Amino acid sequence: MKKASNEIWVFMEQRSGKPADVSFELLSKGRKLAEKVGGTLKSVIIGQNIDSIARETFQYGAKQALVIDHPKLKEYKTLPYSRIMNELVDKHQPRIVLFGATFIGRDLAPRVASHTKSGLTADCTDLQISQVTYLRNDYKDLLLQIRPAFGGNIIATIITPDVPIQMATVREGVMENLSLEKPAKGTIVNIPYVEDDSDHVIEIVEKFQEESKINLKSAPIIVAGGYGMGSKENFVLIHELAHVLGGEVAGSRAAVDAGFIPHERQVGQTGVTVRPKLYIACGISGAIQHRAGMQEANKIVAINNDPDAPIFDICHYGIVGDAAEVIPNLIDVYKHKLK
Amino acid sequence: MSYNSIVLVKQVPDTANISGQVMKPDGTVNRAMLPAIFNPEDKTALELALQIKDRYGGKVSAITMGPPKASEVLRDCLYMGADEVFLISDRKFAGADTLATSYVLSEAIKSIGKFDLIFAGRQAIDGDTAQVGPQTAEKLGVNQITYVEEIMHIDKKKIKIKRKIDGGYEILESSFPVLMTVIKDAAVPRPFKATRVMAFKNARSLVELEKMVEGNSLLYIDDLKHEYESKSLFIPTLTMDELNVDADRCGLHGSPTKVYKIESVVLAGGEHVKIEPNKEGLSQLIDRLMDDHILG
Repeated sequence: MKKASNEIWVFMEQRSGKPADVSFELLSKGRKLAEKVGGTLKSVIIGQNIDSIARETFQYGAKQALVIDHPKLKEYKTLPYSRIMNELVDKHQPRIVLFGATFIGRDLAPRVASHTKSGLTADCTDLQISQVTYLRNDYKDLLLQIRPAFGGNIIATIITPDVPIQMATVREGVMENLSLEKPAKGTIVNIPYVEDDSDHVIEIVEKFQEESKINLKSAPIIVAGGYGMGSKENFVLIHELAHVLGGEVAGSRAAVDAGFIPHERQVGQTGVTVRPKLYIACGISGAIQHRAGMQEANKIVAINNDPDAPIFDICHYGIVGDAAEVIPNLIDVYKHKLK
Repeated sequence: MSYNSIVLVKQVPDTANISGQVMKPDGTVNRAMLPAIFNPEDKTALELALQIKDRYGGKVSAITMGPPKASEVLRDCLYMGADEVFLISDRKFAGADTLATSYVLSEAIKSIGKFDLIFAGRQAIDGDTAQVGPQTAEKLGVNQITYVEEIMHIDKKKIKIKRKIDGGYEILESSFPVLMTVIKDAAVPRPFKATRVMAFKNARSLVELEKMVEGNSLLYIDDLKHEYESKSLFIPTLTMDELNVDADRCGLHGSPTKVYKIESVVLAGGEHVKIEPNKEGLSQLIDRLMDDHILG
C-alpha cells in the first residue's frame, strides 16, 4: 500500500469556463476537513483559461491549485479528463478527493476511483473526520461518508479504511458556501497537457446548456408537493399557493417519479438542498431523503392526511388534513388578510 | 453492419416497499425479505440493445451478478428478446461494492467474447450510485457515455448519441467499443412476447436444476443439465473459478468501502404546533407567520 499524503483535493467543475457552485461548497467543507487532519487543501482545475477559477479557490482556503489549461480541454470529455485526474492522483496520492455529484462528477469520479482502486461513496449528505475502530483495528482520521440509504430507512456511515485514497461525491447545496475574509496564500501549479490518442475517441458534435431559470436554492418561500397530492391536476394547487405567496414550486422524488413535476424542482438527497425562510410541504410523507434537502428551513409547515407521517416530526406547524382541501382554504384566508 | 451488445442488468429490491427487518447486522441488505424487481433503467438499456438488433442484426447478451434468484431477471431478458443470458453467481462475490462488482463484471464481459456496445442502466434504485457502469468501462479500457437519452445514428465507424448534462444536452460521436448508461426517457421497454415466454419459461440455471434434483431421487443433475442444454434452456452460471478472477478483489473482501455504522432513522419527535385544517386554524397560522416576518 502506497503511503498517502495528507492532502484534500477538490475537483473544480467548470462549464464553458464558469465554475460550478458545488465546487466552492466542497472547498468550504474540504477546508474544515483539512484543519481537522492537519492537511492541505488543494484544488484541481481542468479546462481553458481557468486561472481566475484557480485564484478564486484561494478565497476558500486552497493552498495550491493544480491547473491543466489547454484549448483542447475546454469542454468536459470523459477520457482526457479522467486520464489527467488518474495521473495526478497516482502521482500525488491525495488522502481525500471530493467531486460534485453533477452529471460531470458522476461521470468522472467512478472512473478515477476504479483506476486508483479507491473507495467512492455517492451523494453524501455529510462528511466528517473521526478516529475509527473497525474490525479491531484502529484508524486515525478516517473520512466518514454519511448518506441515507435503502429507501431512507437508515443512515449509513461508509468508511474506506484500508485504501490510501478516500473519495466522495456531494450534491449541490448540501454543504454551505463559506468563503474566507482573507484569501489563503495559494500558488498555481501549471501542469502541461500531453495529448493522447484516446482523447479523440469521442467528439462533441453539439452542446446545449443554459443556466437553470429555476433557483430553488435562493427562494425565500418554497411550496412543495408530494405523491400525496394524488394527481397532476391537484398539483396545480401547489402552483397557485406558491404564486399567491410569491414562492417557488418544488416536489419530492415521489412526485417527480409520478410525473407531477420536473426533476429540476426536486428537493432532497438526489435533488436540490434548500434553506428557505418558509417551506410548506403538502402531501409529503417526509422520507429521510426528502428531509435531507429541506430540514434546515427556518419554518416548516406540513399538510398531510396521515397524522403519523414523519414530516410532522420535523415541522413547526402541522396540519392534519387533505392538502387538496386545505390549500384552497389557505389561499382564501391569505388573500383575505392582504386586503 | 450488425452489432453485438452486452447488457448489464440487476435484480433490485423494490425500494418503494421496504419494511424494518431487511437490514442484516453487518449492514448489508437481506434481499430475501424484499420483493425483487428488474431494475427499471436496466430494462430500458436492454430495450435499446434490442432496437439496434432489430434494425441492424447482431446478438444481444444479458448478464447479471447476484444470488441464484437473480436468474428471474435473466428469464425476463429472454422474454423480451435477448439471445443469450449469463448468471454471475458465487458466494464469494457477495457483499461487493461498486468497485468489486465492476471488477467481476468486466472479467465476465471479457470471458463472454467480442462486443461492440455495452448497455447498462444509469443507476440501480437500491443504491442510486451510478458508479458500476463507468467503473466497468474503466476496467475494460473502453470509452463511456453516461446519461444516454437517445441513439441518433449508428454506422460501422461511429455511434451518435444524445446525452443529458446539467441544464441541457450534448450530442457526442464515439467509436466502438463503448459502454453506455441509459436513463429512463431513452426508450419504453417492450412487453414480454408470449411466444418467447412459452419458449423460455423453463430456462433454468444450474442452482435451480440442483434444487429440482434435491426433491426427486429419479433425477440426476448431469442428465438434467444435458437435457436443458440440448433444449437451449440452460442458463450458464459463471462462478469465481470459471472467471479466473483474483479473490482479493471480489465480494465484501475486495470492496474498499465498508459500512461502518447503520443507524435507523430515529425521529426526534420534535414538538410542533398543531393547526386545525379549517379557516380559523389557517388564519392563526398565517398570523403567526406574519408576526415572525416569514410572510407578508
